[in-house]
Amino acid sequence: MATSSLQTIADIRAAMNEGLTAVEICGQYLDRIAALDGPIHAFTHVATEQALEHAELIDRRGPHDADLPLAGVPVAIKDNICTRGLPTTASSRILEGFVAPYNATVIDRLTAAGAIVIGKTNCDEFAMGSTTEHSVSGPTRNPWNLDRVSGGSSGGSAAAVATRLSPIAVGSDTGGSVRQPAAFCGIVGLKPTYGRVSRYGLLAFASSLDQIGPFALTVSDAATLLQVIAGQDPCDATSSTETVPAFDTMLTEQLPHPTIGVPWHILDHGVDPDVRAVFSAAIDVLRGQGANIVDVPLPHATYAVPTYYVVAPAEASSNLARYDGVRYAYRAPLDAADADLTTMYNRTRNAGFGTEVKRRIMLGTYALSAGYYDAYYLKAQQVRTLIRRDYDTAFERVDAVAMPTTPTPAFGLGERSDDPLRLYLGDVFTASANLTGLPAISLPCGRDKSGLPVGLQLTGRAFDEETLLRLGAAYERDVPWWRDTPPAATGT
Amino acid sequence: MSLIMPDPAGLIQLERRTRDRTAVLASGVTTLKRADVERIAELAHLELTESETTLFTRQLADILSYFDQLQQIDTTGVPATTHPVTSAPVMRADDPRPSMSRDEALANAPDPSENGLFRVPKVIG
Repeated sequence: MATSSLQTIADIRAAMNEGLTAVEICGQYLDRIAALDGPIHAFTHVATEQALEHAELIDRRGPHDADLPLAGVPVAIKDNICTRGLPTTASSRILEGFVAPYNATVIDRLTAAGAIVIGKTNCDEFAMGSTTEHSVSGPTRNPWNLDRVSGGSSGGSAAAVATRLSPIAVGSDTGGSVRQPAAFCGIVGLKPTYGRVSRYGLLAFASSLDQIGPFALTVSDAATLLQVIAGQDPCDATSSTETVPAFDTMLTEQLPHPTIGVPWHILDHGVDPDVRAVFSAAIDVLRGQGANIVDVPLPHATYAVPTYYVVAPAEASSNLARYDGVRYAYRAPLDAADADLTTMYNRTRNAGFGTEVKRRIMLGTYALSAGYYDAYYLKAQQVRTLIRRDYDTAFERVDAVAMPTTPTPAFGLGERSDDPLRLYLGDVFTASANLTGLPAISLPCGRDKSGLPVGLQLTGRAFDEETLLRLGAAYERDVPWWRDTPPAATGT
Repeated sequence: MSLIMPDPAGLIQLERRTRDRTAVLASGVTTLKRADVERIAELAHLELTESETTLFTRQLADILSYFDQLQQIDTTGVPATTHPVTSAPVMRADDPRPSMSRDEALANAPDPSENGLFRVPKVIG
């Protein structure tokens, strides 16, 4: 299949101005999904009928709706975000057959902006994982190399955009679940500041860490998408009243002389040499653009993984208590002899949850249990404060902190499935942004020797997505890695 | 404050863990037994199989011993962060508004009753 002529929001807008209808655009993307998604498995549900209906509505409203920022633009939605009338399963058996009775706020905002929900994307079950292998429907493969993982947990959303099956997508990021798959698939992924985007209708995993974020091929498209979904929501008391600036109109102006901090010492061990080299080259590009590069210590940064893996499972063990076989979808079959309530709960949860989810529920329950609370949960929350203080200190003299998004490029399918701890360690550079609540973006910044994408992560001050987007936009003007398409995007 | 810097990908810890697991366990706060895993499963309402209990006993012990590095950090007097944002939650006015119908609320139930309730197995014998 040929490379799509429609890649960005600007391409779609231009095509519509030239007379292409929203239905035709939607049809082109649906054709691409039908032709190319088989080996990738980015989508768990393609919303053909609903998408075409919505596209027709956009067309019927006529050319006046061209001011809608996403008029006729397809968007893929991670399957842990409620979409009225469509399946919402978080890739879990326990929610098989669940059809959301209401829309998440982000869905209402996308629809109001003219976007067309084209389908639901695969993820690690309840967003727990970094490979999209922990899905009841099987893994999402990496469009650059089908033997590699797409990353996770929002692997389906990242692979869909990289393969040009949808120009933009939405995911959720609890410890790196937007940025890491964006890095592995060679696209842009942003975790906004905690509170920037409403989480109403997001299936809760770890409520002090979860944040919904955009995927796009370009920084400018990520900015447009963020603009649409950001802002206070009466249905989410943790969503912030901070003003949402016009992200998408401020990108053309380069920041005059930004200072960017790099914690070089944490890159000395355990980082793949190709990743390290590609990252250093990216820093050279930023320096060449006038950025002042300084070393920042971040002494507690490497404790992000143990801290995160205490806090996140603890919160998950509580959030996932609601899946009990009473209200949602799946209940395990019971014999008449053992048909009591507790057996029903225990059997439903054991058969309904996959191994990784059970492992984390167990870990979290343990960390919160009597006698261990202070040693694990309280201690981790204190270290969380120290990690935040490190960043506060750094931001006294830098505008952003740069590091690779991940210590390695995409690894092989199944390669780490028997060793959960090894998998967890891959979150070392991403988890801090969730623990601190700070915004962070992953930009495609090159490829390793085997051609796999590498991500550059920039972390910013709270509610200063603007700096990250402006730095990112300037970077991609000089080195537009997003223009490279993966082999799977042409079915080769 | 003494800071021991683990390598980012944790390879040193992994090697150490494989080489001498008992030593690492002895140095930390954690030893996890099969009975602990059974007790946690009960608290978490998970009816684990025998092989899952065996698997989790080994894997959770590994993960918990990795967590022990947190004990090396001096956190005396450091407040706990429960939430990354310090501002108070934004409350909306408590005004009644339309909500979903009972039929919609029950549409996903595994065993709804005819009179509009979630049916569960017998609770009291």
